Amino acid sequence: MSDILVSEQSAPGTGGSGRPSGRLLEVDDLRVEFRTRDGVAKVINGVTYHVDAGETLAVLGESGSGKSVTAQTIMGILDTPPGFVTGGQVRFHGKDMLRMSNEERRRIRGEGIAMIFQDALSALNPVFTVGFQIAEQFRVRRGMGRAEAKKRAIEMLDQVKIPNAKGRFNNYPHQFSGGMRQRAMIAMSLALDPEVLIADEPTTALDVTVQAQIMDLLAELQRERQMGMILITHDLGVVADVADRIAVMYAGRIVEEADVYDLYAKPAHPYTLGLIDSIPRLDEKGQQLRTIKGLPPNLMNIPPGCPFNPRCPMAQPVCREKLPPLLQVGTGRASACHFAEELVNRV
Amino acid sequence: MSENILEVRDLVKHYPVTQGVVFKKTVGQVKAVDGVSFDLRAGETLGVVGESGCGKSTLARVLMNLERPTAGKVVYKGQDISKLSGGALRRLRRQIQLVMQDPYTSLNPRMTVGDLLGEPFEIHPEVAPKGSRRAKVRELLDLVGLNPEHINRYPHQFSGGQRQRIGIARALALRPEVIVCDEPVSALDVSIQAQVMNLLEKLQGEFGLSYVFIAHDLSVVRHLSDRVAVMYLGKIVEIGTEDEIYERPTHPYTQALLSAVPVPDPTQRNNKTIIRLTGDVPSPISPPSGCRFRTRCWKAQDVCAEQVPLLEIRRGSDHPSACHFAEKREIVASHEAA
Repeated sequence: MSDILVSEQSAPGTGGSGRPSGRLLEVDDLRVEFRTRDGVAKVINGVTYHVDAGETLAVLGESGSGKSVTAQTIMGILDTPPGFVTGGQVRFHGKDMLRMSNEERRRIRGEGIAMIFQDALSALNPVFTVGFQIAEQFRVRRGMGRAEAKKRAIEMLDQVKIPNAKGRFNNYPHQFSGGMRQRAMIAMSLALDPEVLIADEPTTALDVTVQAQIMDLLAELQRERQMGMILITHDLGVVADVADRIAVMYAGRIVEEADVYDLYAKPAHPYTLGLIDSIPRLDEKGQQLRTIKGLPPNLMNIPPGCPFNPRCPMAQPVCREKLPPLLQVGTGRASACHFAEELVNRV
Repeated sequence: MSENILEVRDLVKHYPVTQGVVFKKTVGQVKAVDGVSFDLRAGETLGVVGESGCGKSTLARVLMNLERPTAGKVVYKGQDISKLSGGALRRLRRQIQLVMQDPYTSLNPRMTVGDLLGEPFEIHPEVAPKGSRRAKVRELLDLVGLNPEHINRYPHQFSGGQRQRIGIARALALRPEVIVCDEPVSALDVSIQAQVMNLLEKLQGEFGLSYVFIAHDLSVVRHLSDRVAVMYLGKIVEIGTEDEIYERPTHPYTQALLSAVPVPDPTQRNNKTIIRLTGDVPSPISPPSGCRFRTRCWKAQDVCAEQVPLLEIRRGSDHPSACHFAEKREIVASHEAA
């Protein structure tokens, strides 16, 4: 583990810390469908991404794009039924987690990969104290005694900057404010020192001033621990502040993947371009906002060809017939658009 | 633009906190709105921003007279509406309508769109005689960009953005003069949010509407508003034109709020300073003495705990600010949209 190998496609911001099998976490051509009474919804249709130690990958998309379902599949918390994995792999240190025994997967959860959720109030158990829920992990997974587990839990609460951690140990989740609960959940997810942290909309339910505090905290903890982080969000502002790389999802596919600076400077997919154009900006006095017309597709009936074609201002006949694969455009970026080159090269 | 359509004066809404089951006794007051005054001019949009718990939604409910204020008044064209009841209140309701945040819970799932949009006419039959209502509803659907053919559909057959359009159509049905929008786009995805914002702007131009636009998203508020009021713990701490608030904020809370908004531009990452506020918003049951922001403020002095700062124009500034130490500070690097 001590030898440092820089991965061949090391993205900017990558710590490049050595892992025996190169990639830390890889999702490879993942496919998930939801079988419901009304029909089969194809929620994930071939998603491939990876995250390395010390780097932040932002997965950006709107509701229904499949960003959270991908994360749930990685964690092994997908509701089955209705959700079924129909193809692909999720490799952690090169080993496919989808083919592991439950026992093996359980060992990865918490120690290998941990996750934090949008709504901390429903993610924490309301009938146990916050301290107990954190200490429980040390007792069950590390075999510590009560006193030592408590000491470690208080240390964790301290690390996420909860004031008076000792006094707060015996509080129940409802006694915490929204921002504090989010901190408590972060403390819980980081207790076993995971290598990858998946943060699913961690600040969406919070006010801006608290959001800034939480994002700072996450960035700091990630730096200290050299964790890989997958940040799932719909917020282009938060992404611009913290991400190294961005994967943009639409209708269960990655439509664009790029370094954060490239993506904002020159989007290589019309959907990304549309998203960036449609947000009002604090530092601009806007006139009419440019919008993406229409609605995201019904996942039970995804249009043939490029799924974005009914909403795309650049759509040509080919877009209605052929599904564009995710291909390299220039260096270190990829786009699933037939006209990606034109988009990137436009003045 | 100079005529005031709505004048709000010293509006207060307290909710009692009670204890006990049989013998209820009041043990405190949640001071949700605590002395708010502003004017809404005809044809303008007044944005109201603040974090959760600052009282902005309570303000909406009191403006609509869905809740009686504890004190103060809301004057619509010279008439104090907080005193109205019965027929007079019903007649007034035609003029002030509300668009709610959650398009999933604000529409009755058992009513078709036709019924939902026809209901206002049933309460106010003078607006549209019975025979012409279907046509009116179709017209409304068309106005908000929905297909008039969908008049017989139920709310669940529409997406979130479309439902919000239905909510807007319903608010428009009686041709009001004022629409209070309470977080109308915060439940929507970015691409849909922009569509709804553009729709609100279009309708304002078409019908000369005045909006009170309540939101927590400062970028959205800047985009739509002519003037902006910033609320903290039940009080307005700063009010001014959109330029005054965003380019020349003088209240520390406004400055902190603005600085915390993430800007969708990675190149700005290292050249902006975020003013970090520590701690959380205090409880509105027992707000801090003096200035309510002092517990989180980096400028706080003894005077802040003793004296409530009034919302007034202060030296070196061009708009009212409720801070003893109000001082201009540029937070948002301004540049005009291309």
